[in-house]
Amino acid sequence: MTPNATVQWFATGRRIFRGRWLATLGLAWLVLVVLAAVFAPLIVPYDPLEIDPVARLTEPGAAHFFGTDHFGRDTFSRSIYGARMAIVIGLGSVVVALLVGGLTGMISAYFTRLGAFLMRVVDVLMAFPALLLALVLMTILERSVMNTVLVIGIVYATTTARILFGMTLKLKNEVFIDAAVCSGAGHASVLFRHILPNLISPLLVQASFIFAFAQLQAAALDFLGLGLPPEVPSWGNMLSESRIYVTRAPWLLLFPGALIILSVFSMNLVGDALRDSIDPRFKNDIKGV
Amino acid sequence: MTTDAERPLLRVRDLKTHFTLKAGGLFSGTRKVLKAVDGVSFDLAPGEVLGIVGESGCGKSTVGRTLTRLEDATGGTAEFDGQEMLSLSKADFRPLRREIQMIFQDPFASLNPRLTIEQTLSEPVRIHGLETTREAIRERIARTLTQVGLDPKVMSRHPHEFSGGQRQRIGIARVMIVEPKLVIADEAVSALDVSIQAQVLNLIKDLQTESGISMLFISHDLGVVRHICDRVAVMYLGRIVETAPRATLFSAPSHPYTKLLLASIPRIRPGRVAAEDRGEPASAAAPPPGCPFHPRCGLATDICRSERPLPVDLGNGQFSACHHAGNQQGEAA
Repeated sequence: MTPNATVQWFATGRRIFRGRWLATLGLAWLVLVVLAAVFAPLIVPYDPLEIDPVARLTEPGAAHFFGTDHFGRDTFSRSIYGARMAIVIGLGSVVVALLVGGLTGMISAYFTRLGAFLMRVVDVLMAFPALLLALVLMTILERSVMNTVLVIGIVYATTTARILFGMTLKLKNEVFIDAAVCSGAGHASVLFRHILPNLISPLLVQASFIFAFAQLQAAALDFLGLGLPPEVPSWGNMLSESRIYVTRAPWLLLFPGALIILSVFSMNLVGDALRDSIDPRFKNDIKGV
Repeated sequence: MTTDAERPLLRVRDLKTHFTLKAGGLFSGTRKVLKAVDGVSFDLAPGEVLGIVGESGCGKSTVGRTLTRLEDATGGTAEFDGQEMLSLSKADFRPLRREIQMIFQDPFASLNPRLTIEQTLSEPVRIHGLETTREAIRERIARTLTQVGLDPKVMSRHPHEFSGGQRQRIGIARVMIVEPKLVIADEAVSALDVSIQAQVLNLIKDLQTESGISMLFISHDLGVVRHICDRVAVMYLGRIVETAPRATLFSAPSHPYTKLLLASIPRIRPGRVAAEDRGEPASAAAPPPGCPFHPRCGLATDICRSERPLPVDLGNGQFSACHHAGNQQGEAA
């Protein structure tokens, strides 16, 4: 990035977050989560998979900040590694949802005949509640990080397709598209050079919300035993395993639960800020939110 | 009509562009056919500027959009440089896109807001393979920008940094950069401030004279048309009702509709009474039988209500599609 571009980037960031202290806090929290995920091996005091039967169900204290679980694994270390899974699931789902949903929506709006069919498929998928659809797909597939990302991505691809369908439909009737056609632009050029750059803002907003919702979906799937493989340290799996010890070791629920809530809330706040800065129609009446 | 010098660059015969309108419910909708262009014929000589005038909704813009293949023709033929082009597949038509260019009305809508001027102008150059290296493309863009009266330095900017007049100059640059043979200008100056209109109009006229391009100048503004066109065709409800050389059209209009249009030009003259007009044009979805203009025409007789008039040659290149053309020349409008 050139220095000029960096300056511009900061200016845009300041414009979006100025006067929104909650969203700024959310952003700060997310930065913390990302840092924890990236530097997890340097931060954790224990191996997140290391079993220590002697220290099982230890209360939070100096040795174990967040206590230990029923195998004596360090909850703090597992939480830090859980941040990694959260980022992987979030980014993966966003990529899948935007690629599959974005392409479906754009192509459906552009080629109306094909679109009439494709969008009905999307409608059918949207008729299922998100979690139910994810559950059905996960039952068919094997439990793995890859499959969880795919399934959550597909679930949110439907809404992305709907949104991009509408926006592309509007954009393709713009005069500058006619002008591009007169310049000799083909379908691919019109779609990706002329329409896509005008969809970047809504795509960005959509991405921020999918990132947040993917966390909830992943946690729910993990909790129901259909998400990530049980040995993977994710916040959802930690919740799932600890539920039978809730009376004896409430910290096992408290920490991963709080992490999920804080992270999802932060992502939504940042998403709101992004959306408001792009689409003034949604501007909040409440100052600072 | 065999040698190249005499052959028209564009030869349009019986051009029809109809749109199907759907009204009503999901299953029981009624279909209406809107005949936006319904049998338009004209020739355009190399280097000639033909004006197409008419009220809004008369189909003049659709003629332009059909000839650039932005709309599909329902019928008729259009020969460009001897080649029938309406029946070509989209892929076969692509090379012709370089020859036939269009200037759009709204300079605020016709430039992609996300692309820099350089990106917008380089597109046709790359697509048609006019230059290959990045430097050559930039040089060509710089040359064209200078040609339309803009500083080549502006190419790194985005459209929102320009005024309407400047944007229209960029739109003209996009057209001129491929060195076309035919330019279709669809209300090219009507969205601009009056003070800017003259500048842009003069620019178009200068570029046209310099490079000898043929031009189809679509406008509702007779003053603008008078300034730039060699010949004028008047359209009403999807048909050409009168064609005449500019001087003839303005001094001796034949068709009652042309007379009405000319009388409607606002003029500052004390005591002048506005032209008498018997209502609005009929809908192109349900045109009246016979002559489409008869409900508004003071000369209408029985034949006008039943038979569609064909163009009558009045000599000196003037044609008028009126049953009374030729025998009412002396009457005042």
